[in-house]
Amino acid sequence: MTEIEYDRVPNVADESHGSELSARLRSLWESKPGVYGWFATVDHKTLGIRYIVTAFIFLGLGGIEALIMRIQLAQPNEHVLSPEQYNQLFTMHGITMILWYSLPILTGFSVYLQPLLLGCRDMALPRLNAFTYWVFLFSGIFLYASFLIGAAPDAGWFNYVPLASIEQNPGPNIDFYAMANIFLGISTTLGGINFIVTILRFRAPGMSINRLPIMSWGTLTISVASVLSIPAVSLAFFLLWMDRHFGTHFFDPATGGQPLLWQHLFWLWGHPWVYIIVLPALSMVSQALPVCCRRPLVAYSLVALATVLTMVLGFGVWLHHMFATGLPTMALALFSAVSILIAIPSAVSLFAWLATIWTGRPDFSTTFYFFAGFIVVFVIGGVSGFMTGSVPVDWQLTDTYFVVAHIHYVLIGWNLFAVLGALYHWFPKMSGRMLDEKLGKISFWFVFIGFNVGFFPMHITGLLGMPRRVYTYSADMGWSTLNLISSIGAFVLAIGLLITLFNIVRSRRLGQLAGPNPWDADTLEWSTTSPPPPYNFLVIPTVASRSPLWEDRLGEKRASTPERGFALDHGKETLGTTMLDAVPDVIVKMPEDSLAPLLLSLALAVLFTTMMLEAWWWLGASIVAILIITMVWLWPRRNLGEIEGSTS
Amino acid sequence: MWSGIGADLGDRPRKRGGMHLFCVLPLLLYAAPARADAPLGYLSGAGPRNVSNLTWGVLTISILVVLIITGVLLFAIFARRNRISSESSNERELVSRAGNPVAVIYAGLVLSTLVLFGVTIWTMMTLADIAAPPSAPKVTIEVTGHEWWWEVRYIGDDPSQTFVTANEIHIPVGEPVAIKLRSADVIHSFWVPALSGKTDTIPGQTNTTWILADRAGTFRGQCTEYCGLQHAHMGFQVIASSKEKFEAWRQAQLRVASEKSGASPGQRVFMQKCAVCHTIRGTRAGGRVGPDLTHLMTRGTIAADTLPNRVGYLSGWIADPQHVKPGSKMPRLNIDGEDLAQVRNYLETLD
Repeated sequence: MTEIEYDRVPNVADESHGSELSARLRSLWESKPGVYGWFATVDHKTLGIRYIVTAFIFLGLGGIEALIMRIQLAQPNEHVLSPEQYNQLFTMHGITMILWYSLPILTGFSVYLQPLLLGCRDMALPRLNAFTYWVFLFSGIFLYASFLIGAAPDAGWFNYVPLASIEQNPGPNIDFYAMANIFLGISTTLGGINFIVTILRFRAPGMSINRLPIMSWGTLTISVASVLSIPAVSLAFFLLWMDRHFGTHFFDPATGGQPLLWQHLFWLWGHPWVYIIVLPALSMVSQALPVCCRRPLVAYSLVALATVLTMVLGFGVWLHHMFATGLPTMALALFSAVSILIAIPSAVSLFAWLATIWTGRPDFSTTFYFFAGFIVVFVIGGVSGFMTGSVPVDWQLTDTYFVVAHIHYVLIGWNLFAVLGALYHWFPKMSGRMLDEKLGKISFWFVFIGFNVGFFPMHITGLLGMPRRVYTYSADMGWSTLNLISSIGAFVLAIGLLITLFNIVRSRRLGQLAGPNPWDADTLEWSTTSPPPPYNFLVIPTVASRSPLWEDRLGEKRASTPERGFALDHGKETLGTTMLDAVPDVIVKMPEDSLAPLLLSLALAVLFTTMMLEAWWWLGASIVAILIITMVWLWPRRNLGEIEGSTS
Repeated sequence: MWSGIGADLGDRPRKRGGMHLFCVLPLLLYAAPARADAPLGYLSGAGPRNVSNLTWGVLTISILVVLIITGVLLFAIFARRNRISSESSNERELVSRAGNPVAVIYAGLVLSTLVLFGVTIWTMMTLADIAAPPSAPKVTIEVTGHEWWWEVRYIGDDPSQTFVTANEIHIPVGEPVAIKLRSADVIHSFWVPALSGKTDTIPGQTNTTWILADRAGTFRGQCTEYCGLQHAHMGFQVIASSKEKFEAWRQAQLRVASEKSGASPGQRVFMQKCAVCHTIRGTRAGGRVGPDLTHLMTRGTIAADTLPNRVGYLSGWIADPQHVKPGSKMPRLNIDGEDLAQVRNYLETLD
């Protein structure tokens, strides 16, 4: 979208203009009903909810895969699964949870909430937003199509060569993963760019960078990191595709290739990715926990700095996944030191949460239950990471169940607990109805107990030497009881999640009405109705502090004005502000609904399928289709001010 | 009682016991049912003490951190909570900036930074200690990972002192042994928990590590880098024995296969069906695909530490390897009843 300097001074409105203005805005912003509107919508709220629902479906798929594996491992020498089936299941479980659940769920919350937190009417690039959703969806369908032909990826989620080479793995299994990964990378990269522009340029007037909601700090940080790190993994998979289909030798040692090149490229993305899929979750806790505790977050600046610093250091620890590959001691020492010291910025957030609870007056909501549970598992996942950062210790711990325990404490503990807390917190905003608190608390106890019963014993199983990724084990290894306990815990955890699912389905229709601000929270999303209207805010709010809705009660002068501001009703418009100080800068013309994002994603799905099948004519056809659709999408339009002489 | 995890804790339990009692207790609750025997456990081993000290150290720090933070959290929630009556809606709207805990955060930060720097230094010192063996190794063994077994080659001073065996590594007690690691196909990882950490075997490069057993015994090893269908069944054993016993074993392994079986019918079947993949030194069998079987009967296990090396298991393995290790590179050869018995009888002469 091009931004044009207008000479127009936007008119200021307030609630007295309510019904007339809202009717006009609604007619401008609302998607058309029916099939066209459903597929063409660019409304970030619709897309955010679709992201969340789709990511939860992937969580369900990954969860089912996990439960089947837990049945196989519940007892020694089980024959529920063949080795081939087990290998496909653990690979798909890892890929699904790490790539198609963990970040998309956070992206969903961010797509829904960022414009509302920032006080604007949509994401900066609404059509790109729709496009990234469709690409995410189709890449996931593409990946799962592998199950239909019984050839799901089976070389583990980090897909080491030569195990993933054409000689060792001649079927299409690895190609599904390679293509799906590059495909998804497009979504994540473009989504990152969209968040960066939105957070830097679409904040409400007065929301200078030091008043940025803490959740936006998380999203901004990981968006930059996504854009910087994903090229490494896309390149790795592209080179692997070349090796597999054109006989190149990037990774083939027999002809001068280098298997470790894969590991470097993969972890160069892979470790930053671990932070990418947890930092926004931590920042959601930092955003909502203070509301539960009835006070602003303690040490906001330190937490924001720690978020950024964690991400920066996160780019310098990838070698700790490769401590056992025979690297020089000096390199090991350096990466070991960074891997241990990265705990310092994480500790900052932890202390800030504890101080917020300590000096606050916690309201015992389900959200608070999940966040308190989150803090406990956060610490356990953190210290086990600290242990594996120490090279000589890691040489024993790596590739055992200790690491399995660690990654689940990080991915379920840091991500899922935060997400569930956030769900109970923001569901009323999204649906207009409250989730049932009683069911929520029952769900929490099942999740918390099931999770710890399932995964804590894995630390011990690991200390007793059980390697990762074994499809079975013999009874004389001393792991049988612990594995049985883990399997029972996994099912208890699953029941807890099903209770929350039931709660969602039930509360959508029967839940208590929420009203605009059921938690009496402090940020802009709570100043509009629940669910918000298609245009989010009747007027563009003006912000004068980090807690615009709490100013009068914090003993400060009430200076933020959520109810009075620019009307911007000459078409689909929102306000662009300057990067640091958020001074009004431009009126941004927003695009209307379009089918182009959906069609372009479909064309890309065809492209990646043809790359996998080596169907070169179809590949050419899909490239032509992509070019045409892109051209239609980007064709300059008068109503967006992209052609000179246009007027507002 | 505190040594619930793993096997024997070695020769200095009392000194370390007091310090670790605290952190072992919670683990014990979980580990108690499994304590009987864990051959791949490594919290107590026969290798370098400094690594297990570091492991116990970071484990203790970790458990203390979890307990302290959980305690602070519970105290913050329950003890300090200024209860809000849910009935009164005004109460709920109370918001304040009470307290100024930023100083506490800085204090916590300084404390954790000191601990983390301390652990970093401890890590560096341990790393420097174990980067090289305490004395120059006299025995060098080249271990090659295969899907899904281990080729073990003892490198002698001259070719006549070099021999190959499989899935069983014999070492002398008290002496560092150099291990050169190679791979024939994909990446595997060499791990003997009681003696040393993991080192990957990577195609196209030779990694080196070393092991030292400070007492005699049999130690289990296992591949720990996922390597395909039978990653689960890719074990081996390290047998540490006195210098004399080791030397006797080495001399025995250097010999070619005993000739007492002569041209038995079993040997004929073996040459027809098995010799393409397996070597038996002193015979025409020279295949390099599978393990060297020259002294098969001296080994304790077969199929990469999957089955005990006893007559019944051996027959079962030859008759249908795919049943024991589905996907194994050893095919089912339809060796029928009589042939099977003869081949097995022949193999039983390989001592």
